[in-house]
Amino acid sequence: MSSAVATPPPPPGAPLTKKALTADHPTWCPGCGDFAVLASFYRVLEKLQYPHEKIVTFAGIGCSSRFPYFVNTHGGHFIHGRALPFAAGISLGNDDLHLFVFGGDGDGFSIGGNHLVHTARKNIKMTYVIMDNSVYGLTKKQTSPTSPLGFKTKTDPTGAIDQPINPMRTLINSGATFVARSHATQVNHMVEMMLRAAKHDGFSVVEILSECVEFFEGAFDAAVPRKGGAWSLIEEKKHDGTPEDEKRHDTSDEIAAFKLAMQPWPGVFGVFYENKTRKTKNALEADLVVKAKERTKNASDLALLQATFARMR
Amino acid sequence: MVSPNTPETPGGASSPSGAARSIHDVVIRLAGNSQDGIQSVGGFLARLAGRSDQDIMTYMTIPSTISGGPSIFQVRMGTGDILSAGDRADMLVAFYQHSYDAHIGSLRPGGVLLYDSDHVKPAPDDNRFTNVAVPITTATVEAVGGTSKDKGKNIFVLGLIARVFDLDVAKLAALIKERFGGKNEDVVRNAMLAFDAGYAWPQNNLRDLFFRFEAIDRATQSTGRPQITMDGNTAIAFGLITAGVRHGAGYPITPWSSIMETLRTELPKYGGIFVQCEDEIAAVSTALGFSYTGQLAITGSAGPGLSLKMEALGWAVMAEMPLIVVNVQRGGPSTGMPTNVEQSDLMQAIYGSHGDTPRVVLAPKNVEDCYYIAIEAARIAREYSTPVFILTDMGLSSRIEAFDEPDLSKLMVEAKPDRSPRGTDFKPYPLDRITRHAPPGARIESGKYPTVTGLEHDELGHPTGSPKLHMQMTAKRRDKIKALAASLPAPEHAGDEAGDVLLVTWGSSWGPGREALGRIRNAGVKAGHLHLRHIHPLPNGLEATFARFKKIVVAELNDEGLYGFGQLAMMLRARYANPNIVSVTKTDGLTFKVSELVAGVAHHAQHPALEASTGTAAKSVLAQG
Ligand SMILES: Cc1ncc(C[n+]2csc(CCOP(=O)(O)OP(=O)(O)O)c2C)c(N)n1
Ligand code: SF4
Ligand SMILES: [Mg+2]
Repeated sequence: MSSAVATPPPPPGAPLTKKALTADHPTWCPGCGDFAVLASFYRVLEKLQYPHEKIVTFAGIGCSSRFPYFVNTHGGHFIHGRALPFAAGISLGNDDLHLFVFGGDGDGFSIGGNHLVHTARKNIKMTYVIMDNSVYGLTKKQTSPTSPLGFKTKTDPTGAIDQPINPMRTLINSGATFVARSHATQVNHMVEMMLRAAKHDGFSVVEILSECVEFFEGAFDAAVPRKGGAWSLIEEKKHDGTPEDEKRHDTSDEIAAFKLAMQPWPGVFGVFYENKTRKTKNALEADLVVKAKERTKNASDLALLQATFARMR
Repeated sequence: MVSPNTPETPGGASSPSGAARSIHDVVIRLAGNSQDGIQSVGGFLARLAGRSDQDIMTYMTIPSTISGGPSIFQVRMGTGDILSAGDRADMLVAFYQHSYDAHIGSLRPGGVLLYDSDHVKPAPDDNRFTNVAVPITTATVEAVGGTSKDKGKNIFVLGLIARVFDLDVAKLAALIKERFGGKNEDVVRNAMLAFDAGYAWPQNNLRDLFFRFEAIDRATQSTGRPQITMDGNTAIAFGLITAGVRHGAGYPITPWSSIMETLRTELPKYGGIFVQCEDEIAAVSTALGFSYTGQLAITGSAGPGLSLKMEALGWAVMAEMPLIVVNVQRGGPSTGMPTNVEQSDLMQAIYGSHGDTPRVVLAPKNVEDCYYIAIEAARIAREYSTPVFILTDMGLSSRIEAFDEPDLSKLMVEAKPDRSPRGTDFKPYPLDRITRHAPPGARIESGKYPTVTGLEHDELGHPTGSPKLHMQMTAKRRDKIKALAASLPAPEHAGDEAGDVLLVTWGSSWGPGREALGRIRNAGVKAGHLHLRHIHPLPNGLEATFARFKKIVVAELNDEGLYGFGQLAMMLRARYANPNIVSVTKTDGLTFKVSELVAGVAHHAQHPALEASTGTAAKSVLAQG
């Protein structure tokens, strides 16, 4: 099957291991939260065991967007903020892929903010992982759309004055059909969230608070018990009829999801919202093709175009 | 009972025999408001010509207001090659006083003014024209009756025109039925009533104006293929479909929108998809995502939207991703003159991105060429793994022309993505070969999966800061476009091979240029006409052609700029360092008139006979006596 090379790749069908998925050594600063996201992602792929050639890892621009270089799959990175529309083309161009997009808070919520809204509302099938460090890392400490008020940066030397956006509210409001939140210090939780996101049929987003040790140290300590913070998980309904279940979160309830998103910093973690019924754009577009082909009685491309030209005589 | 009143003889040969004068071609301008359906009259005439031996060229202005407001449609029809929409009209149909006021100046001396006497009072002392008063509004209302008010005026006028120019009534009636056939019976009947009333308008009221187009020599003119009729944007859309393009993304803007509308409607029938995106940046991004999956995609826009796409197009050059980018140029900058024509995005197409971004720019010369250039663009994009621009314009986008039906059995391209495994030696960016991307889904037997990237990279796609690699990769991206240049055919050259003047045109100026050449040579000037379809890279060998002429006059629809040269002229001067390259430019938002090109050449060639020939306004072919 595979030809003989110095280090033969695993034969097709062999289990996909972290070794096979590892590419360039990450260029992140030591201690950067993104390392843990990468480690978790390897574990997710090991669990999912997709065919290697069908996995695509894509990104925009930023420290976090370097991600695809460190994952040995098909992939790449596009221009700043536009990874989602590019990924829309991948997803709608080939429905038989497992598509993961990575990016930062600036990439996703600032320059790419409009694309995020529209990719979400169209429910284009892919998994989007936002590595939110609440700062611009790559360009060295400017204010980001999630920087908290008062945070001092090179562009806000006396502290940020613009209201930050609330990622969960933005995502739910945009119509994303799977919205979850995690933290780079919680590997198991990240793995679980990314796994569920990958298995969701639609546009699934996981926002991961991932500390930039270089420019915003301690940004997310409030959710790290080791640092005196509180790690509170969303308890999801089990539908077991018990009285406790009453208080648990119904992930299909959009209003309840909004309420969770409104909780004061550092808020809660887990799946805020999941809509399992809305059709993906992938499916809707496929329907259009089926209907069009029915109308044309599956005519060949040549016959179709010939008939069209005949009508233009 | 399609044609209840079928007058004398069917087929339009109703004029007293011998009274019809033979003409080669005629320019008819219809002026009214946009809701009058003037465009559809032009459409009928164009399609009729397509079904006959007549050639046709239409010229249309769309009002900037959607409904209401002035609208014109100019159609030139005749025997043999019709190359341009015609400088001035031989017949003006004026529906309103404002139509008369605005367009009477476009009528040639001796031409026919046909006006709606319900609305128009022509200047009483103006006897330059043959004035024909027809109460178009009341005659239509009488003919159609009922509640339709004056709807159908356009079809009434079509009937009048059919009578005056001895057009094929049976074919026109068939076209009307096809056009309205989808609607209810009443609509077809009303249309035919209006048509027949126009056609039967008493002959003495038409002041015995009867013409007939010269007979065509079928043996030499006909290719044997039926003619089809469409506008330039439609031709691009179907050219792309022929070329196997099944994916695209766009955002609406005049005059590009109709391409995306056509593709959105058509592509699903072919198993494809066209996405309407949130903006032009998303559109180019989505299209590039499609291309990355191994399926060449199309995006497009007009000037402002193209500006938005430029960053992503820089990425496409760096990542060597194939893509087709259509720019239907309009008057700029900014929102500019959105319903007028201009060729002012040439430099943007070539140089509009950041960094060194060699890429391909093609420009169609007429509607038929819109179709074939789309096929060529797709071939180049795939073969050289590069973005390819199609620079068309507002003029071509809405102009309706008839041309030979393409031989689809020979032209259809089947383009399935190649997702076969790639061997162990696969590299996404080899230095010694043109990039052939492995789309996701393709197994990479070395086990090392490729990264596509906008960062400078090594052969495997890893980012690099190596000056040597940046130089090598820059050269690689440049050299493949140079290789394309070497493969290009010599551009179309008409007239003299050497002499006083070489007229150089690009894009939609081809027809007026070719017609101007005839007039220039008739005045005794040794002249040639060179038309460029490949704008970037330029075909090799132009310097030798240029050296054989005393002046190279480059005509284009853009401004002469700070240095006195249009955009193409500027580039040709930079490329060939030939000081004899000069410029004729204009920015009135209209395509070139033949007379403007002749005058431009006369000015540069300083040829007295030619200069003298440009002054006189020629009489109309319809002039009486
Ligand atoms: C069009 C454009 N504008 C600006 C930049 C510069 N730039 C690169 S990354 C970045 C912000 C990165 O912040 P974020 O997305 O939060 O990623 P992080 O580095 O924090 O992971 C900026 C402004 C660019 N590459 N392209
Ligand atoms: S600058 Fe910040 S975000 Fe970027 S790699 Fe370093 S620690 Fe990570
Ligand atoms: Mg950031």
